[in-house]
Amino acid sequence: MLNVDKLKKGIVIDHIEEGKGMDIYQELHLNDIEMPVVLMKGIHSEKMGKKDLIKIETDIKLNMDILGLIDPDVTINYVSDGKLVRKEKLQLPEKVTGILKCHNPRCISNYEDVGDIDFYLVNKDKKIYRCEYCDSYTTFH
Amino acid sequence: MSEIINLKGRNLVEPNDFTLQELDSIFDLADKILADPASYQEVGKGKLLATLFYEPSTRTRFSFEAAMLRLGGQLIGFDNPDFSSVSKGESLVDTIRTVACYADLGVIRHPREGTAKLVSKGLSNFEMPIINAGDGGHEHPTQTLTDLMTIRHEKGTCNNLTIGLCGDLLFGRTVHSLIKALKRYEGNKFVLISPKELKLPDSVKDLLDDDDYIETDNLDDVIDDLDILYMTRVQRERFVNEEEYLRLKDYFVLDNKKLQNARDDMLILHPLPRNEEIAEEVDVDPRAKYFTQARYGMFVRMALIMKLLGLENA
Repeated sequence: MLNVDKLKKGIVIDHIEEGKGMDIYQELHLNDIEMPVVLMKGIHSEKMGKKDLIKIETDIKLNMDILGLIDPDVTINYVSDGKLVRKEKLQLPEKVTGILKCHNPRCISNYEDVGDIDFYLVNKDKKIYRCEYCDSYTTFH
Repeated sequence: MSEIINLKGRNLVEPNDFTLQELDSIFDLADKILADPASYQEVGKGKLLATLFYEPSTRTRFSFEAAMLRLGGQLIGFDNPDFSSVSKGESLVDTIRTVACYADLGVIRHPREGTAKLVSKGLSNFEMPIINAGDGGHEHPTQTLTDLMTIRHEKGTCNNLTIGLCGDLLFGRTVHSLIKALKRYEGNKFVLISPKELKLPDSVKDLLDDDDYIETDNLDDVIDDLDILYMTRVQRERFVNEEEYLRLKDYFVLDNKKLQNARDDMLILHPLPRNEEIAEEVDVDPRAKYFTQARYGMFVRMALIMKLLGLENA
C-alpha cells in the first residue's frame, strides 16, 4: 500500500467512499496535472472497510466545493518535507458557484449567458441545491 | 404624520424583496390613491415607463400602462419580441441595459424562469429599477401585491386565514408568489387543491411547515373550511403535451352548486384570465371578487411605480 508519509510534498485525498475516486479524479481535472497523480481504488480501511485514495505530488489549490459535493466525508492531508502539516475535513458546501447546472428546461440560465450560477443547499441528506434564478432543485450527478 | 418609507431605486423581482412594513407602505399609498385619484394624476409627469413584454399579456400590461398614464407618466415598450433587437441576436441583458438609458422604470415579463433576477443583476450599475411582471411559471410579485391588497380590503387582515389554492399549482406563478408572501404573515394555513400532476413544487412547499398545509384533489371536501378560495387557470402555454393539457384543463370547475357549502364570507379570487374553472354564474355571487381584484391591481401598481421612482414626496 502507498504510504502517505513517503510523499515529500503534495496532497493526499483520503477516506474517499469506494468507487468515487475516479469521479473526483475527473471532476478535479487531475489528468491535466504534469506531476504524478496516483489513484488507488478499493484499498483496505479499518474505518470504512474499503476506500479510495488519491495522492497528488504537488501543491495545488483544490476546488473544495466540488470535493464536498462528490464526497463530503473525505479528508485532505497536506504534506510538506515528507511530513503531514495540515489535515482538513470537508463538509457539504452551503453555496456552490459555477459547478452545478440548472436542470429546469424553463430556466433562463439554459438560454442566456448568465455566467457562474449560485446554488444554495436546501437538503443535506439528499444533496439538493436550489438554483438562484428559478429556485428549482437540482443535485450533483 | 408617519415617516415615509423610501423604496426609490429598488427592484421587485420576488415578493420577499420587500419587508412586510415596506409592503404595508405600498398598500397605504394605494389606499390614498384609491380614495383620491385626482390628486395623483400629475405626479408621474416627465417620467417614462418601459414595458418589456416577451410573452403575451393583456391584464398585467394594461394594468401597468393604465397605472403609469393615470399618474401622468408616459410609456415605451413592446409586447412582441420579434419586433425588438432580440431578433437581431442581442442578449436580453443588453437590450434591457439599452432601455435603461432611456426609461426611468422597467417592467419585464418573460417566459423563462429567473429572467427578472438575471436582468436585475445586469442592471446593477444602472439607475433604472426593474419590476418582474411574471417569469414563466416562477413568480408574479405584482399579482401578489394585487392579491394582498384585495385580501387586506375585503378581509381586513392578512393574518390567521385559511387559504385554498386550487387548480394548477405546479406552473401557477401567482400561487407560488402568493404562498411565499402570505407565509410571512401570522397564523395562515394553506389548503392545496390540485390534481396530482399539477401539485405545488417542492421548492415552494418546503417553505411551509408541515402543520401549515394540507394537499387534496377534492375541492368539495375542503371548501367549507376556507376563508379564501384562490382559483387558477390550467395554462395551455406551460404544457409540452397538448393531450395532458386537455385532460387536466377542466379538472376543477367552481359553480353555484359547489359554492353551496362555502362560508358566506369566503372570498373567491382569481388572477385572471379565467377559462372554464369559474362558471359565469358565479360572477354575480357577492363572494366573487376577481374583478374587484383586477381594479385594485391598477391602484397598487400606481403606488409601486410612485415608490420605486421616489415620487411620494413630489
